[in-house]
Amino acid sequence: MQIEDNSNKEFRPLILAFCCNWCSYAGADLAGSSRSSYPAEVKIIRVPCSCRVNPLFLLRAFEKGADGVILAGCHPGDCHYSTGNYYTRRRMALLFDMLDYLGIERERTRVEWISAAEGAKFSTTMNAFTQTIKELGPNRKLRDLRCMP
Amino acid sequence: MHAIEETIKETCKKLWDDGEVNRILAWEKGLFDHDAAPALFRSRERISHLVYNEHCGGNLSKFLIKEMEKEGKVLVLLKPCDTYGFNQLLSENRINREKVYILGVPCGGMRDERGLLFKCLSCKGNDFKASDQIIESDLSVPAPVPSGEEEKLNKMTAEERFAFWRGQLSKCIRCNACRNVCPACSCIKCVFDNRDSGIETKANSDAFEENLFHIIRAFHVAGRCTDCGECSRVCPQNIPLYLLNRKMIEEMNERYGTYQAGENPEAKSPLTEFKESDPEISAEYGKGGVSSC
Repeated sequence: MQIEDNSNKEFRPLILAFCCNWCSYAGADLAGSSRSSYPAEVKIIRVPCSCRVNPLFLLRAFEKGADGVILAGCHPGDCHYSTGNYYTRRRMALLFDMLDYLGIERERTRVEWISAAEGAKFSTTMNAFTQTIKELGPNRKLRDLRCMP
Repeated sequence: MHAIEETIKETCKKLWDDGEVNRILAWEKGLFDHDAAPALFRSRERISHLVYNEHCGGNLSKFLIKEMEKEGKVLVLLKPCDTYGFNQLLSENRINREKVYILGVPCGGMRDERGLLFKCLSCKGNDFKASDQIIESDLSVPAPVPSGEEEKLNKMTAEERFAFWRGQLSKCIRCNACRNVCPACSCIKCVFDNRDSGIETKANSDAFEENLFHIIRAFHVAGRCTDCGECSRVCPQNIPLYLLNRKMIEEMNERYGTYQAGENPEAKSPLTEFKESDPEISAEYGKGGVSSC
């Protein structure tokens, strides 16, 4: 089998989406069943609550080669566990500020509130986010330098 | 300063004789003149070796965690700024107030061989936030001098900031001194001590890991960091770690209201509570990123 030469091909980012089991993950399902498409670059990881996502998860994802990470949770006030996403909101705002301070593009990270009924919002969000990442190009700053091509 | 040292010794001896305390956490002479070493005095005779001079920059409050396992009350010397760290440990239930006797010692700014300590340039004043007894003196604390580093960083472009932090953080030798000295880093088992993680030493880590260690550490102490500046003081590579912590404090103050960790052990840190009216994250891209979709 011949190894594919990717050098001339269009940049295809690797995007990781942490989706809350109770809303955004179901939202992705709805997007699928209502036939609205979202890019294949988006890889979904299901989490019990957006609050489950440790800031370290995002940084580790970038280190292992992700070009963008999006965190999708329930709208504030709608958390399955009552208050989880309020903590997420404070925590992630702080993390993004920190990345900004360290000179890392904050556009590579995003938090969106997507409910289980918002299949269309899920697909438009993912399409727009993928477009942003494509424009930004590959993530070099946060990557494990030994893995660089 | 010598008179203060004598008063401290007398007070310590008196409290020891009264049976109030059975050990003393203070300083003794270190290897060099500019270096007073933290020490635990377990006998009355040893109190004569106690040292208090302008080189006692360290914060003794973290040593109290170990002392909580022992019988009886421990006397600890705390400077005004050290009481913030003490209160923080108290609020996290790492120390028991009943088992500590705080002797507040006056401070007129601490020095090392290079001059006034960096952390003293942002002195929080000579107010004791916790104490059982205070040694009076006419020492006055140094006036705060802004370092100017923050403004410099804020004026830089993202690329320049990245280059600055890359240069600073790649100096890190992962000696863990910043973590070990930090009064907020009091976990029994630290996330960075996991041998299976492959990140516990510099040899195993990659270039990004150095950044990650400091980002994550700053994040773990966010909302609990009292901005005591100990991390920058002990760093053998002189990395300005205080800049990371101060940025976190600044952002939290701006968004969630002013909060000084360690000022009041009853107060709740901004990251352990929330308001329904907190600003949305998506909207904050307007500060310098893309707009929300």
